Amino acid sequence: MVDLDWVDAALASARPRAVAALLRYFRDLDLAEEAFQEACLRALSRWPDQGPPRDPAAWLILVGRNSGIDAIRKAARETELPDDDRLSDLGDAEGAIADRLDEGQYRDDMLRLLFVCCHPDLPATGAIALALRIVSGLTVPQIARAFLVGEKAMEQRITRAKARIADSGVPFETPGAVERAERLGAVAAMVYLIFNEGYSASGAEAGAREPLCREAIRLGRLLLRLFPAEPEIMGLIALMLLQHARSAARLDAQGQVILLEDQDRGRWDGRMIAEGLALLDKAMRHRRPGPYQVQAAIAALHARAKTAPETDWAQIERLYATLEAMQPSPVVTLNRAVAVARLSGPEAALALLAPLDERLDGYFYYHGARGAFLDQLGRAEEARAAFGRAIGLAGSAAEAGYIRQQLDRLSAPK
Amino acid sequence: MLYAILCYDNEEVVGAWSAETEGAVMGRLDAVQQKLRADGRLGPVARLMPTTAATTVRKGAEPLVLDGPFAETKEQLLGFYVVDCESLDAAIEVAVELGKASGSAGAHEVRPLMVYRPGDAGA
Repeated sequence: MVDLDWVDAALASARPRAVAALLRYFRDLDLAEEAFQEACLRALSRWPDQGPPRDPAAWLILVGRNSGIDAIRKAARETELPDDDRLSDLGDAEGAIADRLDEGQYRDDMLRLLFVCCHPDLPATGAIALALRIVSGLTVPQIARAFLVGEKAMEQRITRAKARIADSGVPFETPGAVERAERLGAVAAMVYLIFNEGYSASGAEAGAREPLCREAIRLGRLLLRLFPAEPEIMGLIALMLLQHARSAARLDAQGQVILLEDQDRGRWDGRMIAEGLALLDKAMRHRRPGPYQVQAAIAALHARAKTAPETDWAQIERLYATLEAMQPSPVVTLNRAVAVARLSGPEAALALLAPLDERLDGYFYYHGARGAFLDQLGRAEEARAAFGRAIGLAGSAAEAGYIRQQLDRLSAPK
Repeated sequence: MLYAILCYDNEEVVGAWSAETEGAVMGRLDAVQQKLRADGRLGPVARLMPTTAATTVRKGAEPLVLDGPFAETKEQLLGFYVVDCESLDAAIEVAVELGKASGSAGAHEVRPLMVYRPGDAGA
């Protein structure tokens, strides 16, 4: 007798691999998904009595493939279904398919599936929604809730994304080595986007979107199991774990953001931090640094500081400079400016930002940070103006609320 | 006689547990451990981090450091150490030294611990 919870967890964790393999057979996302659903129904009726198969994913692929073929036949011509017992008597066949489906095959299937979902023709939100539906198996209402849109709108978005992929004639051949490396980068970026969808939420939305963070970490782990020697994937997971470790401390009871320096570090998740640090350690041994590893190293320095004043800002500033060289972006420079302010004072930070005034003009955090630097210098009037700009650009009530607090403090009698 | 009891399970399934399931499982395990602890029969309890956090050091004149647990299927787990190291590099050094001392083929897997509770059985 197998625990139903175990069956549920096994189905969820086999899903990406099984759907990926079924997509290779059928070259059709809808058909692959339906075939997987059918296989799950059979698993639910068999596994609890007969025990789990040796390789759940292989079992689901085989049963799903048979049921998909039946569906095609049935659609083509009404024929009788083979009887259920014959279809499900899979003892030997399961062993054979499990042997053939080695890691290499899984790897290509998975990458293809993830890559199909993050197709460059799709807008980012469409790609993320599709990946959560197809790869993670979240329901449309779950995804709609996470993105704060109606179910109907989300259904349409996913349908449109599928149609776009069907039209664009995505190639289903096994990717070559170069292509594989390129795809892995795109897939890693998508996993991080999913994470950020969950992480950037605040206020009442935070609870509903938190599962996205966990799902992204789960997908990251899956990728690393498939590519165990990719330091950037290790870095990506480390980064997500180190950030997610703060989730219990980073929002107050009203869902307002608590700044890193004001967080109760006792509420950080020590287990996640330990795993993040272990993975980062492992990644660095490869001596192949990349943007995720550098960002994880920055998060690690924050995690290692027992109190906010112990933060190693000099090292953080150096890491941001490294990141700037790898991936020049005004946003990275803005982050570096925050470290510079700690090290050399607000004046130096403002000087670093001055050339970026125009490019960052529409960016909430830019005006927020500038306001804080000006405030520290006692230039209250300019600080007020910067905070005013920031409020106009705030993306959420929590962001606006935070800036308003700063403004109230500025106008309070001293 | 002391016995080691090693835990094997499907990592992907365990990794997909919800926080509630995880808590419930740990609670049930804790109940079993408490009985043993009360009898003074419980030794160290350790939980390992996921295999993705593992590094393998293959023994040999030039020890090979690899990602992940890559023991060959003909090799069996024969024992384990718990060592306190500053960094992964330091832990790998220990594994290399142990490998040289043993002189046989095989490998050591360096796997960070997630939970560690020293016990007192056999003390």
